[in-house]
Amino acid sequence: MSAVLNDETKKVLVEPLVNNNPITLQVLGICSALAVTSQMSTSLIMALALTLVTAFSSAAISAIRNHIPSSIRIIVQMTIIASLVIVVDQILKAFAYDVSKQLSVFVGLIITNCIVMGRAEGYAMKNPPLESFMDGIGNGLGYSLILVIVSFFRELFGSGKLLGNEVFQLTKDGGWYDPNGLMLLPPSAFFIIGLIIWAVRQWKPEQSEKVEYKIMAIAHGEGGHH
Amino acid sequence: MLNNETLNQNYEKFKVYRDKILALGNDSLEKTIAIALSLCLVCAVFVAFAAVALKPLQINNKELDMKKNILDVAGLLEPGSDIDAAFAEKIEPKIVDLESGEYIDSINAAEYDQRKAAKDPAQSVAIPKDKDIAHIRIKAKYAKVFLVKEKGGIKSIILPINGYGLWSTLYGFLSLDPDGQTVQSINFYDQAETPGLGGEVVNPNWRALWKGKKVYAETDQPSLEKGLITEADVGEPALTLIKGVVDNSKPGSQYQVDGLAGATLTSTGVSNLIRYWMSKEGFAPYLSKVRTTVKRGVS
Repeated sequence: MSAVLNDETKKVLVEPLVNNNPITLQVLGICSALAVTSQMSTSLIMALALTLVTAFSSAAISAIRNHIPSSIRIIVQMTIIASLVIVVDQILKAFAYDVSKQLSVFVGLIITNCIVMGRAEGYAMKNPPLESFMDGIGNGLGYSLILVIVSFFRELFGSGKLLGNEVFQLTKDGGWYDPNGLMLLPPSAFFIIGLIIWAVRQWKPEQSEKVEYKIMAIAHGEGGHH
Repeated sequence: MLNNETLNQNYEKFKVYRDKILALGNDSLEKTIAIALSLCLVCAVFVAFAAVALKPLQINNKELDMKKNILDVAGLLEPGSDIDAAFAEKIEPKIVDLESGEYIDSINAAEYDQRKAAKDPAQSVAIPKDKDIAHIRIKAKYAKVFLVKEKGGIKSIILPINGYGLWSTLYGFLSLDPDGQTVQSINFYDQAETPGLGGEVVNPNWRALWKGKKVYAETDQPSLEKGLITEADVGEPALTLIKGVVDNSKPGSQYQVDGLAGATLTSTGVSNLIRYWMSKEGFAPYLSKVRTTVKRGVS
């Protein structure tokens, strides 16, 4: 397999996982990462949907990139993305009805997810279809990775379950674990994503942003002794 | 009919135009319009094809989900069982005229869709503002209720209810004993309240609190269970959600259910929709008819 993939494809596939993760480094697509991560099953479906939409929209946009008039560039991208999202939504309603009910509006909101638009505008407009497709898959997987980690913690500590299976027995069912209600609320994802970003930047210090300005000790004008 | 030759000729013509347009500068007006139009066309065909091709599956899913919810509120849902078969065997849909409370047998109950009917001006009525406590504005003239049959008698009456919460209209079912007074269960199958707060209306633990609660205030004997027969004898619905936890030792606790923590507006919405649908605007006339027949059947 690796012989088929050239260096560029490999790079766009692997880089977004950690080194250029759309959530932790680019800090894109946060909104849905907060909304759908209270359970692992919804996060997995959301991650899959977003990965497919990013990949196919990037490929489609890249295929016609040389003919897109720049004045309607964004609208063309949006139309392609929106069509794909509607189709994904229809497919979910047909084959995974319960999950699509839980995800409700968030599938539709993939249209406005910054990752999809970001990859279309930032990569697919300048690169050939196959690479763009792989770039979409890579960024989708980077997003998926964070979603799965966040939902793992939220479901485990919020309802004592993983993928709906009981892990910690809750006190209300006669067990020992008193669930943390905050974990079920969207703000908890903020804390977890923040911690993940901190951990990644400790591990890879080059990801930390440069300090834009420093507060310096300046002379106080008290006789110029400094 | 087009034969192959004309088709080929047309295709050749199309190719000429296509190449002409593609050769234009990207920012020319003609190309911008041509690209926009053809993109819309391709996307529209793509989306329409998916929507039409998947429609039968989606309708099937929706019906199955509805049946599942009805079986659930009737307490008959067993995991892994055949939902269609269980539904057909135990549950009978009936159409009720909300105003008179009578069954309407001229409408095919299996095919009637109350939510669709509520949107059709011919089949619905606007609710006067002062009476619209559930904030639904329009209701269907005829409601689709479900009777759970057991040993020749009725085991429970399942009533469709809806009303506005905080973000969304909540749609659900309320299941009552044949006395039209004692709650068996409640569930909401369609809502978009805040997950973890108002969204807890679907929580089985909260739903379990409803069991055995009474809908109408019982002032004195004879109580509803013993069989009040006229509509006039039924008071206003008293069942309501309160803030905090219900103290079961206090009088009146049979009309109270714990409100949802952190979701005052959803709780108020649920209280209001119960009050609305159990009032004379809703199912009160029907329920008093049911009581009469049940009583007649017993005696």
